Amino acid sequence: METHSLKPLLACAASLLAVIPIVAFRHRPNLREASTFVAALVKFGIVLSMLPVVLGGETIRCTVWEVLPNVSLAFRVDSFGLLFALVASSLWIVTTLYAVGYMRGLKEHAQTRFFAFFAAALSATLGVAFSANLLTMYVFYEILSLSTFPLVTHHQDHSARTGGRTYLTYLLGTSVGFALPAMIYCYAKTGGDMAFSGAGALAGRVEPAAAGVLLLLFVFGFAKGGLMPFHSWLPGAMVAPTPVSALLHAVAVVKVGVFCIFRVITGVFGVGFLQQVGFIHVVSLVAAFTVVVSSLIALSQDSLKRRLAFSTIGQLAYITLGVSLLAPKGVTGSQMHIAMHAFGKITLFFCAGAIFEATGKKYISELTGIGKRMPLTMTAFAIGAMSVVGLPLTGGLLSKFYLVMGTVESRQFGMTAVYLLSSLLNAAYFFPIVFNAFFRKPENPDFIGVKEAHPCCVAALCFTAAASVFLFFCPDPFFSLAGMTTETCFETLVGD
Amino acid sequence: MADHAPAILLIAPLFAAIAVTLAGLRRPARGAEGPDREAGDDSVEFPPFQEDKVCFMLTLGALTVSLVAALTMLGQVIDRGVVRYFVGNWTSPLGVGIELRVDHLNALALVMIATVALLAAFYSHRRVEDETPGKSPQFYAMFLLCAMGLMGMTVTGDAFNLYVLLEVAALSGYALVAMGDKRAAVAAYNYIIIGTIGASFYLLGVGYLYIKTGSLNMAGIQEVIAGGGLAGSRTIQVAFILIVLGVWIKMAFFPFCAWLPNAYSHAPSSSACLLAPLVTKVSIYVMIRMMLTVFGPAFVFEAVDWHGAVVWLASIGIVVASLIALAQTELKKMLGFLIVAEVGYMVGGAWLANHNGMVGAIYHILSDAFMTLCMFLAAGILIHRTKREDIAGLTDLYRKMPLSMAAFTLAALSMIGVPPTCGFFSKYFLIRGGIEAGQWQYVAALLFASLVNAIMFFRIFEKAYFGELSSEAPELEAEGEDDGYDHRVDMPPAFREAPLSMVAPLLIASVGLLFIGLNTREIVTVIEQTLNLFALAGGGA
Amino acid sequence: MDFLHDILIARLNYWIYVILMMIGLHAMIAKNNLIKKLIGMSIFQTAIILFFVSVGVKDGGTIPIVSHHGHDDAHAETAHADDAGEAAGHVDGHGEIDPDAHDNPLPHVLMLTAIVVGVATLGVGLAVSQKIYREYGTLEENELLEKIRSTDG
Repeated sequence: METHSLKPLLACAASLLAVIPIVAFRHRPNLREASTFVAALVKFGIVLSMLPVVLGGETIRCTVWEVLPNVSLAFRVDSFGLLFALVASSLWIVTTLYAVGYMRGLKEHAQTRFFAFFAAALSATLGVAFSANLLTMYVFYEILSLSTFPLVTHHQDHSARTGGRTYLTYLLGTSVGFALPAMIYCYAKTGGDMAFSGAGALAGRVEPAAAGVLLLLFVFGFAKGGLMPFHSWLPGAMVAPTPVSALLHAVAVVKVGVFCIFRVITGVFGVGFLQQVGFIHVVSLVAAFTVVVSSLIALSQDSLKRRLAFSTIGQLAYITLGVSLLAPKGVTGSQMHIAMHAFGKITLFFCAGAIFEATGKKYISELTGIGKRMPLTMTAFAIGAMSVVGLPLTGGLLSKFYLVMGTVESRQFGMTAVYLLSSLLNAAYFFPIVFNAFFRKPENPDFIGVKEAHPCCVAALCFTAAASVFLFFCPDPFFSLAGMTTETCFETLVGD
Repeated sequence: MADHAPAILLIAPLFAAIAVTLAGLRRPARGAEGPDREAGDDSVEFPPFQEDKVCFMLTLGALTVSLVAALTMLGQVIDRGVVRYFVGNWTSPLGVGIELRVDHLNALALVMIATVALLAAFYSHRRVEDETPGKSPQFYAMFLLCAMGLMGMTVTGDAFNLYVLLEVAALSGYALVAMGDKRAAVAAYNYIIIGTIGASFYLLGVGYLYIKTGSLNMAGIQEVIAGGGLAGSRTIQVAFILIVLGVWIKMAFFPFCAWLPNAYSHAPSSSACLLAPLVTKVSIYVMIRMMLTVFGPAFVFEAVDWHGAVVWLASIGIVVASLIALAQTELKKMLGFLIVAEVGYMVGGAWLANHNGMVGAIYHILSDAFMTLCMFLAAGILIHRTKREDIAGLTDLYRKMPLSMAAFTLAALSMIGVPPTCGFFSKYFLIRGGIEAGQWQYVAALLFASLVNAIMFFRIFEKAYFGELSSEAPELEAEGEDDGYDHRVDMPPAFREAPLSMVAPLLIASVGLLFIGLNTREIVTVIEQTLNLFALAGGGA
Repeated sequence: MDFLHDILIARLNYWIYVILMMIGLHAMIAKNNLIKKLIGMSIFQTAIILFFVSVGVKDGGTIPIVSHHGHDDAHAETAHADDAGEAAGHVDGHGEIDPDAHDNPLPHVLMLTAIVVGVATLGVGLAVSQKIYREYGTLEENELLEKIRSTDG
């Protein structure tokens, strides 16, 4: 069942159009930020308005432009796309609030550029979420890489430029070097019809060996997903201002990477086809390796943001691993994890930024006793950490539960062990921070007189922390959306 | 009138060139000869001559007429198919008379040439008197002749006529290059030698063709070769080798490319904006025209069967030229080597011997002409403003010249191949052709070149956008270098944008990149109208 | 001797043009003096012109000029009907034209244009050489390169 509507296009364009007022009001910060807010709310509103339709079992289509013969730029909103769009657009509102507090609190330069490119990046994110075929997805994927580059190099100093260089080298290098030829190969083999479908557009059209190579090209080509060995752009990108790290490098950009991998596995190859090909185990192994190794690296990081970055790499690999199991529960768990990890990790980044804004500290070893001075922030941090580790009363538990169930379902008990081991490691690199902040004596003398950060920041991080808890009790609509997607992915199998 | 569009297309600039020369004769001499021209910067402003203005207006007018004629013909071709025009109404059966023949392929190319020439002319308005002091009329006369020659090469249906127009374009091109800076004369001299060798090879090839087929008309030659079973003839093969070799030299295909970067970087920027986008592209058009309509794909890809080797050569050329470009420190030199790499794209694509490769090559002629135009316009403007030729001189330009840099960015993204600019789509077709032909080395070379381009241009962006804020900027203390948490204040941007007559063509050209990219389907449909006549592998979809 | 005849004598014009062309090409590439290079260029182009002209010549052919004996209209008609594109030939008693009795004029006509092109190229080449001499004070390529290197650093 399909309905046609301009809504996906509008949702995508809302933030892009916001660039105009943002630039126009560059000398009037209040109006500039107001227009960002309006755009964020409008965007979220449009995305939300599509929810009932999609929950009703329909997909929304919108063909924008037939750019090549038989190949068009087109949007198609299904349950998975909408899930991701909901996460990204709702968190944009919160991040905007946070960004206002952070950027003003630190008197950052070039704020107009910051907000403008931020809005553009969000457009690209929704473009990926709603894309109906491989070409559209690739187009927005590249736009996202480029629009976030100015955000990464925001500080314009040596380390920012180095970080930006690493960022682009990895992201453009892999997407142009691997994903682009793989995509064109698909088009050449299928004659142009590469719309995503549950059955998989490639199924039966390429030989298994070629399919295996293509799969690897895609999985590594979408390096935003952070699979090792193409992960080092993410720690490098931590030179960006914290709102960027929070929304883009914990939610939008990195999730776009795993989103693309998920789409390719379920929509381009199709679960059934991949089960025949059997090459997917390579992806599982790489993901499992990434999960464990990145957690170990995170343990050794003293810079808070870098520790969070390596934690993100591990959590992204959870998602890739989950879908690569090709088991219904694993696939559901992957989607859930996109949402749950987003809320948890963004809280952690918000806290890291708030601490820096208030104290100027960014190393974990300097944070003893900070909990007394910034109790709200550190409580939120503890909740975020619980969610990422997957402890009860936070949303992270649900997704991790499904992921583990997926390993059992597909009888890959080695992967079960990987998930459990990594959860322990997560706990090992997060809870010492919380413990030190609240209970360790003596307090760092620099903290005398330190208060909570800018109220906007505190409000934002409290909200996302609360949301993490709320999602434990009420995981809808994410849960139902994920379930619908899984059904579509596996319905062809049941038919066989 | 519309019936005579093919003739009007050429006559307008030709007559305008004569008129411009005549107008120039009335202009009083102003002894600004060679050695003085070092002083030709902004500080020494001569009052403009009335005659110069007349020359400029004549140039614009003539090129506008040509553009209108080209557009008319594009419309005619799409509506009614091939337009044939017999000069002097002499319809000789075996083509002694000169035929102008417009099909879907060259109608597009003509629109492209006329547009690019018009934009370049607009740009030249403010620069000519600076760069070639006292010689504006001569410059415009050469400019018009060169544009006329290029359009003539494209529109003609006669192999010998093509040689003559090739030389018209080349001779005026030599003069345009030689008007440049001190080293331009040397670059022009090398260009003359190489260009003459190329043209002579071409002429020799035409001679062999004539000996065997008795015709100079392209369609006539094709009829004789295909109908007479001459595909195996050694004479025809020699003719083909000579013609292809000649055209390769003309288009600076690797390894015949040494002259190009020097010629274009030392030419006056107004000349480079005409020559760089068009001369190589029209040569590639000629090569494709020869391959398709004169010799025919059956001959080129089956009887001769070197396409594997040519694609290898193109791939090597792409890689080598990209790497050399990366090593350049001067902007214009870098662009020159990039053109050489782009030529490799197109030659390789055309020789892939399949439908998508050929579509990609032809589409890339179009998109690359606009990309190169954009690049050279931007380079001209930037160098004019910064007074520095090296890339290091571009620091912090986004604040000073936001419009120019925005257009430059767009062109660079297109060069890298970022969607939805046209550069992405030409690469899409070329890579797809490469995959279908199984020429993986070519695919790899294209991807490699994209990445090298990315490195090259992001190096510039980094300088121009994210460079250290210049020393006059009030800078607060920078704390916390490592993770980049430092504080700086906003400072008012100092606008120093170039004059509108220079920036406007640049902006139009850069919007054109998006326009071409978004209209890929229409353009490809037009290209396919012609290609479907030739049974290329993987076509007819 | 047959071999010699086939390769050398029957194709003498080709040999001559190839040799001339090689001489020209050698001068263009290997000579040090810019003017000598241009002379080479002229030789190169002239070789091609010779080639074309020799191609038009026929055994026993004469100058391709139609002699008019009165009936102009009839001759004009036949001239157009001549499908080789060669101008009207010798008119015999019945008003027929024999193309074999005349040289092919078309290559010769083409070469008129090519000569013009050649002269123009030479002119531009000389003008540019003059400019080079004015800028650098030399026409020897090696000295020129040295001067360029020393000014550019």
